Amino acid sequence: MAQPRVETSPRVSDEVRKTTCYMCACRCGINVHMKDGKVAYIEGNRDHPVNKGVLCAKGSAGIMQHNAPSRLRAPLKRVGPRGSGEFEEISWDEALETAVNWLKPLRETAPEKLAFFTGRDQSQSFTGWWAQAYGTPNFAAHGGFCSVNMATAGIYTMGGAFWEFGAPDWEHAKLFLLFGVAEDHDSNPIKMGIGRLKERGAKVIGVNPIRSGYNAVADDWIGITPGTDGLLILSLIHCLLKAGRIDLDYLARFTNAPVLLNCDPKSPDHGLFLRDEDDKPQVIDRVTGKQVAWDRPGITPDLTGHVRRAGVTHTSVMHLLAERYLDPQYAPESVADRCGLTSERIRALAGELARAAFDDPMVIDRPWTDFRGDRHDRMVGRPVAIHAMRGISAHANGFQTCRALHILQILLGAVETPGGMRFKPPYPKPAHGHPRPHAQSTPGQPLPGPHLGYPQGPEDLALSDGGEPLRIDKAFTWENPLSAHGLMHMVISNAHAGDPYRIDTLFLYMANMAWNSSMNTSGVMEMLTDTDECGDYKIPRIIYSDAYSSEMVAYADLILPDTTYLERHDCISLLDRPISEPDAAADAIRWPVVQPDRDVRGFQSVLLDLGARLGLPGMVDEDGAPKYADYADYIQSHERRPGVGPLAGWRMSDTGLTHGRGAPNAAQIDSYIANGGFCTLHIPEEAQYFKPWNSAYQDWAVTTGLCDAPAPYLFQLYVEPLRRFQRAAEGHGDHQPPDHLRQQIQEKLDPLPLWYAPDAGDPDTYPVHALTQRPMAMYHSWGTQNAWLRQLHGHNPMYLPTRLMREHGLQDGDWARITSPHGAITVPVMEMAALNPNTIWTWNAIGKRKGAWALKPDAPEASKGFLLNHLIHELLPPKGDGLRWSNSDPVTGQAAWFDLRARIEKVPPPAESQPAFGEIASPVGQGPEQLAWKTKP
Amino acid sequence: MHPAPSIIAFTTFSGLGLGLLFWLGVDPDPPTGWSAFAFFLIGYLLAVGGLMASALHLGRPERALKAFTQWRSSWLSREAWTACAALVVMGVYAALLVFFGVQVHVLGWLGALLCLGTVFTTSMIYTQLKTVPRWHHWSTPVLFQLYALGGGALLSGRVTTGLVLIGLAALAQAGWWLAGDQRLAASGTSIETATGLGHIGKVRAFEPPHTGSNYLLREMVFVVARKHARKLRLIALGLMAVLPALLLLLPFGHWLALIAVLSHVAGVLVSRWLFFAEAEHVVGLYYGKR
Amino acid sequence: MTTLPEKTTRSLGLVIDLDTCVGCHACVISCKGWNTENYGAPLSDQDPYGADPSGTFLNRVHSYEVQPETGPAQLVHFPKSCLHCEDAPCVTVCPTGASYKRVEDGIVLVNESDCIGCGLCAWACPYGARELDLAEGVMKKCTLCVDRIYNENLPEEDRTPACVRTCPAGARHFGDLSDPDSDVSRLVAERGGIDLMPEQGTKPVNKYLPPRPKDGWQGEVDVLAPFLEPVAEEPRGFLAWIDKTLEKL
Repeated sequence: MAQPRVETSPRVSDEVRKTTCYMCACRCGINVHMKDGKVAYIEGNRDHPVNKGVLCAKGSAGIMQHNAPSRLRAPLKRVGPRGSGEFEEISWDEALETAVNWLKPLRETAPEKLAFFTGRDQSQSFTGWWAQAYGTPNFAAHGGFCSVNMATAGIYTMGGAFWEFGAPDWEHAKLFLLFGVAEDHDSNPIKMGIGRLKERGAKVIGVNPIRSGYNAVADDWIGITPGTDGLLILSLIHCLLKAGRIDLDYLARFTNAPVLLNCDPKSPDHGLFLRDEDDKPQVIDRVTGKQVAWDRPGITPDLTGHVRRAGVTHTSVMHLLAERYLDPQYAPESVADRCGLTSERIRALAGELARAAFDDPMVIDRPWTDFRGDRHDRMVGRPVAIHAMRGISAHANGFQTCRALHILQILLGAVETPGGMRFKPPYPKPAHGHPRPHAQSTPGQPLPGPHLGYPQGPEDLALSDGGEPLRIDKAFTWENPLSAHGLMHMVISNAHAGDPYRIDTLFLYMANMAWNSSMNTSGVMEMLTDTDECGDYKIPRIIYSDAYSSEMVAYADLILPDTTYLERHDCISLLDRPISEPDAAADAIRWPVVQPDRDVRGFQSVLLDLGARLGLPGMVDEDGAPKYADYADYIQSHERRPGVGPLAGWRMSDTGLTHGRGAPNAAQIDSYIANGGFCTLHIPEEAQYFKPWNSAYQDWAVTTGLCDAPAPYLFQLYVEPLRRFQRAAEGHGDHQPPDHLRQQIQEKLDPLPLWYAPDAGDPDTYPVHALTQRPMAMYHSWGTQNAWLRQLHGHNPMYLPTRLMREHGLQDGDWARITSPHGAITVPVMEMAALNPNTIWTWNAIGKRKGAWALKPDAPEASKGFLLNHLIHELLPPKGDGLRWSNSDPVTGQAAWFDLRARIEKVPPPAESQPAFGEIASPVGQGPEQLAWKTKP
Repeated sequence: MHPAPSIIAFTTFSGLGLGLLFWLGVDPDPPTGWSAFAFFLIGYLLAVGGLMASALHLGRPERALKAFTQWRSSWLSREAWTACAALVVMGVYAALLVFFGVQVHVLGWLGALLCLGTVFTTSMIYTQLKTVPRWHHWSTPVLFQLYALGGGALLSGRVTTGLVLIGLAALAQAGWWLAGDQRLAASGTSIETATGLGHIGKVRAFEPPHTGSNYLLREMVFVVARKHARKLRLIALGLMAVLPALLLLLPFGHWLALIAVLSHVAGVLVSRWLFFAEAEHVVGLYYGKR
Repeated sequence: MTTLPEKTTRSLGLVIDLDTCVGCHACVISCKGWNTENYGAPLSDQDPYGADPSGTFLNRVHSYEVQPETGPAQLVHFPKSCLHCEDAPCVTVCPTGASYKRVEDGIVLVNESDCIGCGLCAWACPYGARELDLAEGVMKKCTLCVDRIYNENLPEEDRTPACVRTCPAGARHFGDLSDPDSDVSRLVAERGGIDLMPEQGTKPVNKYLPPRPKDGWQGEVDVLAPFLEPVAEEPRGFLAWIDKTLEKL
């Protein structure tokens, strides 16, 4: 019999539309294949700087997200009690008028009574601008419970961080050290990078209590005890200092190691830098022996400099650093037990770092000139790349741990050098180059400046003259002075408690606060439905925008339905968190590759409409008419500074189209579409490394519009703003903390990194650490409504290490009650051997509320799946002092959900995982019985 | 393997029917007339009914005729051919016997051989599968033949022959079970060879590729608890051989004979259920199951 | 095609690197997407939003824990799809000839219009590479994207299986394993690529590259020790060392 003929060249699609993925925060370029006007297939865009053609499971499943039955269909008005899910569909006019009727009087009387918080928002420079125009101080996105420790520690230390801000030098690194990485930002670049390292034969070492994902492919795995990463890192620093395995030349030239510090404990300026009349920190020039400003051309800063001025001794930061970390308390033998490691293991790791950094430096023959005018004929780097994420961040000691990690990188000379870690434009950008927070609201007026920023001292806190918090989330207060991303996780709790004040309207976007995006989920549901003595909700009004029937929808009063990511305009802007790579600045757009088939609108366009109806400055012209037709119009025509708008590509110059600075271009989005949805601005070769100090890079950044003047700076081993807060806590200055916080500030806001054990419950009562991580194929709740992805992760077991399985007589599929100081859950367990012996973990946000996401109520997500969130509280257990102590980092306020401790008991299997919640009505019905999706050819 | 009712019914009833037809074919002194009609009807109902049941297992039964095409390589295709041949030849033999009272011995013998051949091809569908070590053994066709011959003998009223063959089938079955319990381990296929990771250490299945079920798990990974299996094996032997033997050793009576036959059939059904339910497909190793 | 070809002109297949696969399931979903829209019937899903969602997938990623004699347990992600065996038992058991192995490239395919959905090929496959689609009633399996790899409507660089094109870590490689000079054959030779279940005698074309040895730091302790030789024990000596070293620079 003849072999059947197979059509090997079928038509793939009618057209490929290139846009940006939104199945997680990674923002890969996608080719959307269209057939018959419908989405037929989604693949990665080969030309795209982020993913270079590859695409993860989520991205490829986008078609099922776009077709999900959970999509909202029209604006909704709540008709049943909050939390019931009972709504009626209304018109957009009614919806917008309702919102205006709520928001207009507030703006005229007390704009702070609107709290506007966005979750997985990728348009924060826009939403923040809107909130600023409205005049409320209460705006932030989800960074406070995500990774503000990592971002803030990075910005204050080196003017950049990981993720969108920086990446390993995958092409040159020889050793890659990875600490607790979360799976979304940079998810494909990390996978591609690891693949590239493996291909080149570089070594990968993973430090993580759980050996899954990237740690599974690591050559060496260090299964550290959660929350002790900082201690391990300080011990590595101890070993490297002691062995002199640090990059002295790099430290002297590019860091504040040679900067002189006031060392007199009696001086009011103790711990502050010695500065000249221009306020410039001082160093000793090794050549002349003279005290000079740090940036004086031609000098060689002396790492061991010291000087006596006005009777006060000043010594270099290096001096203090050596004294601190050479102390035997940081010797591997002293820390090993607490880290759950052996001292030999720690030494071997330190030895690996030393060998990789200094035995075989990575040299690129490429001359460059630094900011002091020194010409370097080559680029010499330390091929140790370090990357880290939420795992070390979401602890109450996370800020200092992240700081310690950066100090380690800097001591090795492995930041912005070949083989190390590299920044992505608009970074590098130091803390003092960022705005400071603004929170003083005036009725009927816009806020005087951006909400979020980087305080340089107590005077920048968001406090009233009476010392009361100005923000509902108490960001930028003495409790957490450097809360640079705001504290979204405190908003509902504080608004419910009326602490520091009551609000009227809570306006949320893409934040599933009634479920997986809150700690203490049951408590939050109660707060959202709690009423006062008159029977009114304590949080009177809730407006929510989401594209899908999430749990949070049920808890809002007015729903503004968003489009899916394939139906909308978006810009991934250099003003925000762009898609840059270390060798290029890059931004991107989304555009409607298909039109919505329902009565939904892109949230940003709705916000502009609302802004115009409210008459917000910048959103209406002189006649009060709307200034922007929609978000696409805003993207093209808005200018943040002259010549600088949301998109940097294809702007107008006198001579025609240009990239970077330029006037608005009414066809800009078309140009982006023609170019695959993104724009890449390549950094000249000479400018690609040593960026904070590289004159060529600084000049390029100015030309491109990233900054307005060259701004070289030093890496801050010693962070002076922290010292300023300490000083206040010691009683100096006009701005004074409340007494109950003095000790905390003195101890924890140390300008040199330290480690302290998180206060997360009594280790005897709660002997086990409990963690969550996100599966690579799922992103928060979003994956669950996706018919393909939910087959991969339809429920989540609690993974227990072999030791605990045996100790509790548990077998795979048995159930256990997990109890924390805050609550208990009863869940199925599974054994995992490649796991820290005192740690349990589960997948994040697989558990769902019955009735949400258009799933059937008996979906496994609701019956067997569960949230760990129920065990975690936004506050620490009461200490008996009547104060509400937050469960967070005392520097940034980052929610410390990885500090969770628990105990385990075997229990008989319940009918479903506990706690179980009632079914919410689905405003969109339920999905079909069978799917056989095929676009008809 | 999933003990699908359609497949259990198919192998059990077609085996019995073909066994009965075999004995009718080789009978030197066969029944004639209405009596022959009754016997052949029972034989055909069982054999054809069983074969029809097997079609229920198909995803696209309307294309079943395509199964005749691959007789050169496929045991399933060969089974289709032998079954048809057996039924046609036996049909002619039966028609002559029933309607004309003529016995054509050659046809009878040929038909009988084809009946056994059909049982053999059926058994080879399972025996050929290296992926199911419990089945992949010469004793599987022997067992199927003994079942068919024993059951057929009983149905055809050959008490002594039937009892002897059923006794042999019971012994063979017990031996097949005991030997079968070792066969997966002896096959050399393990989670270590399945994953190729055995050189590193002991392998354990961790997260499955999907939290829900799938075709493979439903079809090929059916886990029956060991203690239940032991009980069911005793029940199968009791119903299939012991009870019929006791009943038939009592003074003969039609009702007793009928109960003996029904008991035997019930026992064969249980043993066939176990035949599938206990069979470990090596794909289960990938899921950490056997 | 009733029987296997005696020889195929080429042996196209995959090489999967277990040292690099991070278990992200990208290949699983990319495969699902392409093959739902392309070759044959769509890969259907039953109860997709209900209690027991279960659909047809041609590629699935398992994970295994391996406990070596010393050192911590290891976790290995393990993608698995049709291995396009030389001696493919799934082909010879097929009663209708729907299953066949292509002479020109060795790809094992199901001609869906001939498939009666008897499931015997799935029984015959030791690897779980075939799944019966419940909506269509026919057997589905990896086609090695036969409708991509020769597709003249795709740019040349995209003429690879969807799973290979999408794999972020680069753990999947596609090529002709009968050509000893092909990239994939070289990779197999260099890295000691292996067959799954060799004792089943299926002679798989797809190969797996085993994970490289892990956690060998204890063997390096002596080599690394000199890198940590102290230059000083306390701060004063350390700063003196800095001074001395900087003098030399």
